Amino acid sequence: MLDWPEPFILRAFLAAVGLAVIAAPMGCVVVWRRMSYVGETLAQAGLLGVALGLAARIDLTLAVVVAAVVAAGTLVLIGRQRMVPLDSALGLMHHATLSLGIVAIAVAKGPAIDLMSYLFGDVFAVTGSDLVWIYAGGAGVLSLVLYLWTPLLRLSLHDDLAIAEGVDPRLRAAFDLLLAVVIAIAMKIVGILLVMAFLVVPAVAARPASETPERMAILAAAVAILSVVIGLWLSLSSDIPGGPSIVIAMCAIAAISLLAGSRRQR
Amino acid sequence: MSAMQSVRNGRSPTGQMRRGPSPCDCGGHAESEPTGDTLISARDLWLRRGERDIIAGVDLDIRQGEIVTLIGPNGAGKTTLVKLLLGIAKPDRGHVIRPSSTRIGYAPQRFEVDPAIPMTVEGFLRLGTEVSPAAVATALAEVGALRIKRQQLSRLSGGETQRVLIARALLRHPNLLILDEPARGVDFSGEAELYEMIGRLRDRRQLGVLLVSHDLHVVMAKSDRVICLNGHVCCSGKPEDVSQHPEYARIFGAQGALALGVYRHHHDHAHDLTGELKPISDVEAQGRGS
Repeated sequence: MLDWPEPFILRAFLAAVGLAVIAAPMGCVVVWRRMSYVGETLAQAGLLGVALGLAARIDLTLAVVVAAVVAAGTLVLIGRQRMVPLDSALGLMHHATLSLGIVAIAVAKGPAIDLMSYLFGDVFAVTGSDLVWIYAGGAGVLSLVLYLWTPLLRLSLHDDLAIAEGVDPRLRAAFDLLLAVVIAIAMKIVGILLVMAFLVVPAVAARPASETPERMAILAAAVAILSVVIGLWLSLSSDIPGGPSIVIAMCAIAAISLLAGSRRQR
Repeated sequence: MSAMQSVRNGRSPTGQMRRGPSPCDCGGHAESEPTGDTLISARDLWLRRGERDIIAGVDLDIRQGEIVTLIGPNGAGKTTLVKLLLGIAKPDRGHVIRPSSTRIGYAPQRFEVDPAIPMTVEGFLRLGTEVSPAAVATALAEVGALRIKRQQLSRLSGGETQRVLIARALLRHPNLLILDEPARGVDFSGEAELYEMIGRLRDRRQLGVLLVSHDLHVVMAKSDRVICLNGHVCCSGKPEDVSQHPEYARIFGAQGALALGVYRHHHDHAHDLTGELKPISDVEAQGRGS
């Protein structure tokens, strides 16, 4: 049986639960503002950050945060052009950063890097300093998102109405930056490919059972924490990767919730 | 072409104020200096997007207690002008004067709430403003929408949505209501009711109202003043005068009842003056997204 709680298991649990709580309200805004693909693009930029961090020999989490934030800033600028739809412009950045990241990692030839560990993450490899990032950085981001909750909600409902009523339109760019920070922090745990699942899937799972936006955020956090517990247990008992197990649990809950919700609507 | 040229000259580097393509005042009405009961004024507004002057030398005043209707074909710059008045967009030239006593209640043209956002009507009315549940109920009753208080915002009909938006605007204790196409997505009888209600609100609260519309006859009856916009102010004045004006006839009458029918039913394109199809207003598309 499991030696509960071994330090690495405890760290994995604390990291994943911390991330779940930070990501839940933010994930709701991502779903409302249809920003899933924006998030995916920022995550790809993180890979470039890993490569640059290795080349510059700086802390990799910091490098990823910087890369994602720069990418978010670029996105804000790209979002202003009206020649092509935003998702096409995002596609450009998405593929550019991914290709550059892979090339840069090949060129950097640092200490043997396991590309897979960045693509998929490893929740059981979380270190003490990762936990500091998650809880210190995450607490900062979470309190900002909660502080900005009402204006973000008003912008999500209708940009022009909110702005006409006095909400600062620059909050949208601020939210992009916060999203970049959360993605960078989360990447170590769940990896580039699955990081947006932590944001989007719990929010989706929470929607059918929510009458108010606040309830949706709280339910999303609850779904995410439950998924962490189920996922880590599955992972440890069946010896399967941790991050994907958590995401599988989330997706199962979301699928059931959506199906139940659509049945109730009829 | 020559009109375009004069517009270019109008934007000379000296920044001198120049009039746009001659606004032909009809019914003897011309925008004069703002008076004491003026709620909002625009002076010589210009806005260019790409090669086109969307707003070309527009002057406008709205006073306490009057209903002003802004009409014009699709792509005439109506929504853009509203955004300039609200301060959502900045003009390239000219300025908007909003006295500090002016409180604007605004209802945007398209308010299609994403079903992913769970929000009741009541929750929406209280969002971001300190209002009591009693005040919410009063505002909803005033627009005849009390029974939908607990409904989800994303499931409302076009007419219900407009009433909720007006209720939200009323909760801000406005003296000026700016309603962008309130009849959008509302059927014919609902439209008449909506304008009745707006008229009652004006009478009861002595509001100034700016209504944007591309539907004509229903609006006309309720308006004190009509401004016909097509980039520039083609003509303005009392409804009966405007409807007699040659510019108005050129824009709305040349294609006769056919044009009217088109404006009423097909909102996905517009006809320019030669009858060519134009895409729906670039302006409206640009206003969306982040």
